[in-house]
Amino acid sequence: MTVEPHPQSAAAKASRLDTEPMPRRDFLGRAALWSAASAMFLAVLGIARLPRAAVLPSPSKKYKVTLPASLAEGVAFIPPGRSVAIVRDADGIYAISTVCTHLGCIVKQTKEGFECPCHGSRFGGDGHVVRGPAPKPLSWLALQDTGGGTIMIDEGKVVAAGTRVKVA
Amino acid sequence: MAPRRLLQTMFRSGPPRSDRSRSSFVFGNVFLHLHSVRVHRWTLRWSATMGLGILTVAAFVIALVTGVLLMFYYKPYPDVAYLSMKDIHFVVPTGRFIRNIHRWAANIMVVGVLLHMARVFYTSAYRAPREFNWIIGMGLLVVTLGLSFTGYLLPWDQLAYWAITIGANIAQSPREVTDALGITQYFDPGGFQRLLLLGSDTVGEEALIRFYLLHVMVLPMALLALLAVHMWRVRKDGGIVRPVDADRRLAPVGADTYPVFTQAPQKTYQLAAIVRGRTAEVGNGPENTVPAMPHLFYAEAAVFMFTVLLCVVWALFQDAPLKELANPNVPENPAKAPWYFLGLQELVAFSAFMGGVGIPGIVLLGLGLIPFVEREHEGTGDWFGGPGGKRLVIQSIVYGLAAVIAVEAFAIHFGWIRQWWTAAPQLLITAINPGTVLTALYAAYSIAMIRRYNSTRAGAVGLFTCFLCGFIVLTIVGTHFRGPNWEFYWSPAFWPEH
Repeated sequence: MTVEPHPQSAAAKASRLDTEPMPRRDFLGRAALWSAASAMFLAVLGIARLPRAAVLPSPSKKYKVTLPASLAEGVAFIPPGRSVAIVRDADGIYAISTVCTHLGCIVKQTKEGFECPCHGSRFGGDGHVVRGPAPKPLSWLALQDTGGGTIMIDEGKVVAAGTRVKVA
Repeated sequence: MAPRRLLQTMFRSGPPRSDRSRSSFVFGNVFLHLHSVRVHRWTLRWSATMGLGILTVAAFVIALVTGVLLMFYYKPYPDVAYLSMKDIHFVVPTGRFIRNIHRWAANIMVVGVLLHMARVFYTSAYRAPREFNWIIGMGLLVVTLGLSFTGYLLPWDQLAYWAITIGANIAQSPREVTDALGITQYFDPGGFQRLLLLGSDTVGEEALIRFYLLHVMVLPMALLALLAVHMWRVRKDGGIVRPVDADRRLAPVGADTYPVFTQAPQKTYQLAAIVRGRTAEVGNGPENTVPAMPHLFYAEAAVFMFTVLLCVVWALFQDAPLKELANPNVPENPAKAPWYFLGLQELVAFSAFMGGVGIPGIVLLGLGLIPFVEREHEGTGDWFGGPGGKRLVIQSIVYGLAAVIAVEAFAIHFGWIRQWWTAAPQLLITAINPGTVLTALYAAYSIAMIRRYNSTRAGAVGLFTCFLCGFIVLTIVGTHFRGPNWEFYWSPAFWPEH
């Protein structure tokens, strides 16, 4: 059974003796808590953005290489300090990355192709996987004849396997 | 007098001279109160813990102190780092000794964590109310391995450089799956993880400073926080686990022990009403407990001294390895991670993603689920208690060893799918490789044990024992039987020249 409020009791209803739906102190307390919590959350989001490197300090991936005067067919030429094998065959010149597609070790050229010292992946002369854990063939890299026995290699640009460039 | 007053104010409850004041000293001291005031006599028995937890903590403290000493001279910048290692080794007074202690303490810590985990498992100490502490312990295992891994890069020698290159590419290995599905350009968690770890696309100065930061700041603080919770929970969850009938199985208390209940208590139901868990044993006073100070502290100090001795003697006789300066163009052959990761490296040599991410994830999940799936009571607190007992453990060891050796022998002798079928899709190899086959064999065994004994504890024993066997055998194979190009050799004497 509900008691009908007296029409003239509007002032009495606002009395501070009555309970409010949410006391003002509670409201202020919760507002402080939630604003602090959301500020912390946003700050963490902002902080999480920081360690994601925006500028990559690695050296340029595009560089010019002078080919040795006599580049025998099928023998890889590896420019000093680079992880690229430059090979000449009857159809021209191509560049294969020597970074193993398994876990990033540097592969070595062998008679049959390439092999990785870390986990024993083997690749054929054109970079296809022969055995071992490597999930992908070695990448073929873009190269460009820049004349005078030099070529420009772009390690950042992968081309279809079999792409060769004629060099005079 | 001021000095005496200072001394008095140091001890809130007076100098710890009697059992009573020592108890309030332990209770009121911020560091000591991780211990309970009194410990059960069972806890102090050698066989209850073998001191393995304290051994691990002691090794951590030793590594912390020696690590701070090394920071005086270490410079985290490529090449310079290597030179500072040489300085520490050859020039700094006692530098070589301190670094040796640091390295061997880290090794002891890894072994200690694993042995402690095995102790907790085989005494069923993860059961209620200690389930959550098992999870905290797993966190400590992961942080310990993280500390070792990040520390491994800092010398900037060949070993360090290639181990971290491999490690960072393991972080990138989800690409093995996303590439196979052709979605890497839209969704590339692997590349993101690697970039976050290295701060670059190669292992260089950014990677070194990140690993340094993790090694000297982030991970030690995480470890300290977890450690505090871990030890606090040991105390709050009722101390070290012991059998329910521990009191009866211990030798009777000495005649000089003052009895707590001089008459049989009459109204225990009130006590039962306010104590959580199963009913407290009626009429049992704390006669079987002794003050933590000094009894527990003596035991802890003994284990600590033993650990110090171990580190010092080891450091005197064996130097921590330091190879040539890192060369980003020529990998070490074979390039081996620290020994405790060689089991993983063995799995990684079958599939980068499953070996480095998938199987470790499954193992951690399996271990984490143990206390929540296995909720039996039989044999708690006893070594190899519960269904099957010791026989089940021995049987699991035999199966665990046989399975891992058979799978390894097969893979070494016959190779795997890629050798028979060069065009095999990568997803097939990711899903079916020696690592996943072994995991499946172990899981099947665990389920068979649950069925056979009609007990989840039997399944847990099967799983955990198999995990230990697999870990040990894979680690030994990776350490001793893998040579250049990760080929199998019975001994380094048979390695070809390379």
